[in-house]
Amino acid sequence: MYQFLYNLIGNEIIAGLLVAIVPLTIILVFALFGIWLERKVSAHMQDRLGPMRTGWHGWLQTIADLMKMLQKEDIVAHDADKSLYNIAPVLVFTGSFAAFAVIPFSSKLLGSEVEVGIFYLLAISSMVVAGILMAGWSSNNKYSLLGAMRAAAQIVSYEIPTALVVLSMIMLTGTLSLDKMSQMQTSSFWNWNIFGGAVFGLSKFLLIPFMFVGATIMFISTLAEVNRVPFDIPEAESELVAGYFTEYCGMKWGMFMLAEYGNMFAVSAVISILFLGGYQSPIGYLGNTIGASWLVPFEQGFWFIAKGLTLVFVQMWLRWTLPRLRVDQLMTVCWKYLIPYAFLNLIIIGIISIL
Amino acid sequence: MKQYLKNTWDGIFTVLVGMKITFKHLFTPAVTIQYPDVKVTLPERVRNRLYVNIDDCIGCDQCSRACPVSCIEIETVKSVPGDDLGITSNGKKKALWVTKFNIDIAKCCYCQLCVFPCPTECIYMTNVYEFAEFERSNLLYKFANLTDEEVSQKKINYEKMQAEKEAQKAAAAAKPKPEAPAAPQQENKTE
Repeated sequence: MYQFLYNLIGNEIIAGLLVAIVPLTIILVFALFGIWLERKVSAHMQDRLGPMRTGWHGWLQTIADLMKMLQKEDIVAHDADKSLYNIAPVLVFTGSFAAFAVIPFSSKLLGSEVEVGIFYLLAISSMVVAGILMAGWSSNNKYSLLGAMRAAAQIVSYEIPTALVVLSMIMLTGTLSLDKMSQMQTSSFWNWNIFGGAVFGLSKFLLIPFMFVGATIMFISTLAEVNRVPFDIPEAESELVAGYFTEYCGMKWGMFMLAEYGNMFAVSAVISILFLGGYQSPIGYLGNTIGASWLVPFEQGFWFIAKGLTLVFVQMWLRWTLPRLRVDQLMTVCWKYLIPYAFLNLIIIGIISIL
Repeated sequence: MKQYLKNTWDGIFTVLVGMKITFKHLFTPAVTIQYPDVKVTLPERVRNRLYVNIDDCIGCDQCSRACPVSCIEIETVKSVPGDDLGITSNGKKKALWVTKFNIDIAKCCYCQLCVFPCPTECIYMTNVYEFAEFERSNLLYKFANLTDEEVSQKKINYEKMQAEKEAQKAAAAAKPKPEAPAAPQQENKTE
């Protein structure tokens, strides 16, 4: 993508900016759609209707809310640490936005073709923790601080099972590049990593149960990393008002919201790349069948978004199924259950992949 | 170790059970009613806004006295013999001009106690329940249909008649012996 635009325009900066606009648009459109979807899913799971009055089934509701948010007065608390307070939402958003740089939406739409894609992604998404801590600390509010501390503890803890599962996938595929991982799982859903990868043999069948375990662990731990219910103690409404962004209002609050939805999609995208074949179609491409190869990247984009949205839907589904965990339960789930299982899984996958 | 594996299994299994329930509810028809577009059918005998059919009102003041929060205010003027007030729905002749019939619906407690005593059944509860107002004074409903001029005219008529009666009485009283009313009092005292 970048190389193509660079050849077209001949200016590094403009090409870079143009490439950066693509994931930004995707985040914004996804946030608009995701918030609406969240409302509708939550409403229908509670036998309600949700927003119905703005547009068809209320699809314009998020845009109306955005308009309201932009008009709001920008209040900074008197005793807040102003510079940190103002940087924090930007930093949080940057963290979730930068993660999209290495996510391949289709074989042609990829921000940066770095070889250490997944490594970069794990590193850059940790920047969110710094932003959250800054927001909580600078607000000078006990709820914010408690929320930020909980968020930091939680995100740091749950990065370990995530990293262990990612490590086992790296061992299996032998690459850190997300694009290459996607390319390996081509042609059919049977070749997806959750079904043991593309190499046909005994090891593929042996891997299947462990791949399911890995995908489950990955899903649970990433759910905790993006602070979603049942792991939403950093922003527990009933205890901490709004957690680390209690003191924020207007568009700064909106940036936290945007970052949350961006993160939701980012982790869903990572799971779909690692386990569900990334942008690869499960049934083959229409473009190849009718001989129009230009259609293939668009189809890949469709499949990628569809997989991402399905996982986002499961996140929302879980939100309305499970109650919030206590802090000690949260840590128990991570340190006593997820990490031992992830470690065992890592060892078994390692042994099988040697076979 | 056995407990540990059991906990893991329970954790996964119970979450799946819960997810099954919420997924079923995703396709359950919503119970929400789109209020301004769709309205709930009201039950029989609902008690909402009061209405007074002033043509039927005989000005007996019974509803006002029945009201526990005194939200009904009625003023009447007696008619003079020449007036034609018409008859009520149950065939009674009206004898009073209802010059004021105000219901302060903001005070009303919707107890319906005013409805039962009405002899002509002219005050009753309707099923109108959307009558929010921005000004509290708009909630004072005036049911009397006489204009101010008519009201003052009726008052003058009544006063004239009263004055005529007084004059007649005075004329009638002037003719017989003036001492007559005092006599019984004296009798009482002596007994």
